[in-house]
Amino acid sequence: MKRAYGFWAALAMLAGIHVVTLAAGFFAPYDFATQDREAPFVPPVHIHFLDAARGFHSRPFVCRWVPVLGVADRFSYTEDCTQTFPIKLLVEGAPDSASGARKGNLRLLGVDAPGRLWLLGTDEFGRDVFSRLIYGGRISLFAGLLATLVSLALGWGLGSLAGSGELFLALPWLYLLFAVRAFLPLHVGAGQAFLLLTGVIGLVGWARPARLVRGIVLSAKERTYVLAARGFGASDAYILRRHIWRETRVVMPTQAALLIPAYIQAEVVMSFLGLGVGEPVPSWGNMLVSLQNLTTLAYAWWTAAPALVLAGVCLLYHQVGAHLQGQGKA
Amino acid sequence: MPALQAATVAPPSRRQGLAPVPIERGEEFLTIAGEPGRYGGRLTASLHSEPKTFNPVTAVDAPSLAIIRQTIGDLIHINRFTQKAEPALAESWKISPDGKHFSLALRHGIRFSDGQPFDADDVLFSFEVFLDENLHSPQRDLLAINGKPIQVLKSGQYSVEVYLPEPDAAAERLFDSVAILPKHLLGKAYEEKRLNQAWGLDTPPDQMAGLGPFRLKQFVPGQFVKLERNPYYWKADRARRRLPYLDELAYLIVPSTDAEVLRFRAGEVDVLSPLSAENFGALSDGSHAEYQLQDLGPGLEYDFLFFNLNDLPEGGSEEMQAISKKQAWFRDTRFRKAVSLSLDREGVIRLIFRGRAAPLWAQESPGNKNWVDANLPHPARSIPEARRILKEGGFTWNDAGDLVDPAGNRVEFSIITSSSNALRTKIATLLQDDLKQLVMDVHVVPLEFRSLMDRVFQTYDYEACVLGLVTGDADPNPEMNVWLLDGGTHLWRLRHLRPPEPWEAELDRLMRQQLVTRRVPERKKLYDRVQELVAENLPLICIASPDVLVAAKSTLANLQPGVIPDYALWNADSIYFRSDAGKQP
Repeated sequence: MKRAYGFWAALAMLAGIHVVTLAAGFFAPYDFATQDREAPFVPPVHIHFLDAARGFHSRPFVCRWVPVLGVADRFSYTEDCTQTFPIKLLVEGAPDSASGARKGNLRLLGVDAPGRLWLLGTDEFGRDVFSRLIYGGRISLFAGLLATLVSLALGWGLGSLAGSGELFLALPWLYLLFAVRAFLPLHVGAGQAFLLLTGVIGLVGWARPARLVRGIVLSAKERTYVLAARGFGASDAYILRRHIWRETRVVMPTQAALLIPAYIQAEVVMSFLGLGVGEPVPSWGNMLVSLQNLTTLAYAWWTAAPALVLAGVCLLYHQVGAHLQGQGKA
Repeated sequence: MPALQAATVAPPSRRQGLAPVPIERGEEFLTIAGEPGRYGGRLTASLHSEPKTFNPVTAVDAPSLAIIRQTIGDLIHINRFTQKAEPALAESWKISPDGKHFSLALRHGIRFSDGQPFDADDVLFSFEVFLDENLHSPQRDLLAINGKPIQVLKSGQYSVEVYLPEPDAAAERLFDSVAILPKHLLGKAYEEKRLNQAWGLDTPPDQMAGLGPFRLKQFVPGQFVKLERNPYYWKADRARRRLPYLDELAYLIVPSTDAEVLRFRAGEVDVLSPLSAENFGALSDGSHAEYQLQDLGPGLEYDFLFFNLNDLPEGGSEEMQAISKKQAWFRDTRFRKAVSLSLDREGVIRLIFRGRAAPLWAQESPGNKNWVDANLPHPARSIPEARRILKEGGFTWNDAGDLVDPAGNRVEFSIITSSSNALRTKIATLLQDDLKQLVMDVHVVPLEFRSLMDRVFQTYDYEACVLGLVTGDADPNPEMNVWLLDGGTHLWRLRHLRPPEPWEAELDRLMRQQLVTRRVPERKKLYDRVQELVAENLPLICIASPDVLVAAKSTLANLQPGVIPDYALWNADSIYFRSDAGKQP
């Protein structure tokens, strides 16, 4: 029973993460593309409850980060608490450029200007890493999800009917993705790039579930109850629908739980290599590009946030997958 | 008996490396100024990729050239620090009053790195090779004036006459980096027409020789190139001791700048030049007595944005036709002006170069002190002004707020950059955001470098591009092929079907004229006009010129880094270690 708690907790957390990214315009304090050129690589904001003068505040507040003068080569900041900015709920925030809106947008958290609620600091262009993380999750998480759907649908259909995907299993998928990308026009919009990513990853990946389904089909065909049904004169279509697909239904969720994190990683790899969505639209992969630089890695650790979240999401999916597999065996 | 052993072993500097050959009678060596240094040690630098060849005639890639520069001698050399031409293998020279005839007196009694003597025959042979059309040497273009090659004749065992088809304003600079090749080693290969295959990576070091301070000792693919002292080098210090001081000069092959910095910190690499601003920042953190950092100010590189102004053939593919349609905007000087006015050059410099760069409005960087046009206007960034100019050009903002051209098309284009150059991709990302202020819908497309070059130089399948060029010398002449109409780097319009714009023709005329104008002030006036035309018409929208940054071990003496390549190692012949620090095996 203990395991089921883990399963439900993991599922709930995954659902939560997906909801947050879907409603990025509400949960992210800022737009993903807004640059603040005076504030590159600002560290994560400190949330305070205490101040020197008046003591405890029930409403948390933040201070501003001001550049340290004289440190020219590295962006260095220090906290200036002469003016404090209480964190407010449900504020009229920046317009959401993903939806093309030009007017303000209701956002969960915010502070009054000139204060900034950079929960995970900023990147090299002074863009809010936390907001980009949420918006980027839209691309990365849903690319994984959709690609899995494509892959399973194809694998299920082809696996139960014809079944051989050896050629596709043998393809080095990363190079195939490079090749596919090279044939496409120079610029593809963010929406197109997203569909392309999911399409390519899903199409390349169908062979694995297909082989699994094929195995189940072949073994199920020899089961006594199938033979019995056939003896009673059941048609192929009936047997497939009534008996064989039932068998495969059990393995599909497990497959999904294993494929989704793999495909999320595939998206991250492709975007990391510049084959996914282009700037300024974030995805976890293209956010990680700046970490290739030694200095960023050493001094702006917060830009590694997408990697940590990615690891967490993959672990959650594996937790779900492990439970489903156990259940399948039982 | 370890103590006894230690006492009998000579100091490492004596034991290691090849000793310089004593100076011979009648040898006309060159004496360098400055305090005499001490012999010994190995200086380790780094290269980002392996050299492709050791052949000075065919080499084009930076790593090959970096190594070749240390192994060859030229007749007249440009001092990278003072940026002036200095005697090298030519001890002195005279120019005729019409500027078309050079008489060069060569040094007597000097030898190649294999001990064979050098004379005028080697000079003649070298120029014959470099001017040979069949060998396609990249130096050939530089040895021709307005398309006509120079002529080199022998007038004695140690004197040569050089005839120029037309006077050249900076003729003595022509000779810089033209390697004098050993006829005794390469003559046969040249006769048999296989000189371009000679001196490949697998050639044994004893079959190569040059007149540079070092000669090849060992090349291990993927790991390092090791050079050793040329024991016959023709320079000496005031104490009549033959240079170079270093026993060895090694280049480690380190593929990334980050790895380079790590190895520098670990003490495996002694010199980093040039260094990126980010890594300069990382190295300047905290106290660092063991190494020194130097910011030499803006170098000769200029980074810019340019639009595809090539004349595209009619009836190409759909994509090419789409580009063709957008060229109506790109060709409008007002469009380019609006783009230039909206660029946040200061932002680029602060965010991307960490303040270590200079903003540019034309191609010449303040690093080229003698030739930059100090009176060039520097219009400040102004979005309202950019909007006004766009309106003048018939562009409007429709009800949805989009920028549209007179025909009602939305202004939308993509900028290609090299994915291997993170800095330029970042510049493009900043430009994208700047142009959003004019509601131009700009996409940034990082491409693999070769595919980028292919689009720019071969297929013209692009809309705009962010690129940088590095001038080879602090003189206008190496810039010729950028500004001449038929120049190989006339990037924005390599293909002409229609007559050039008046300003393009004017640029061509001015560049040709400055080439043959010998009086410096007049030449400067002509080149100032070139810069003005570039700033007014913006074929290249210049953005910034990064500083040349150098990091070197504090134990190195005589470093005189300059802004021309090889930045810190151009005078490797006189660099030495103050102590035994460089002597690890």
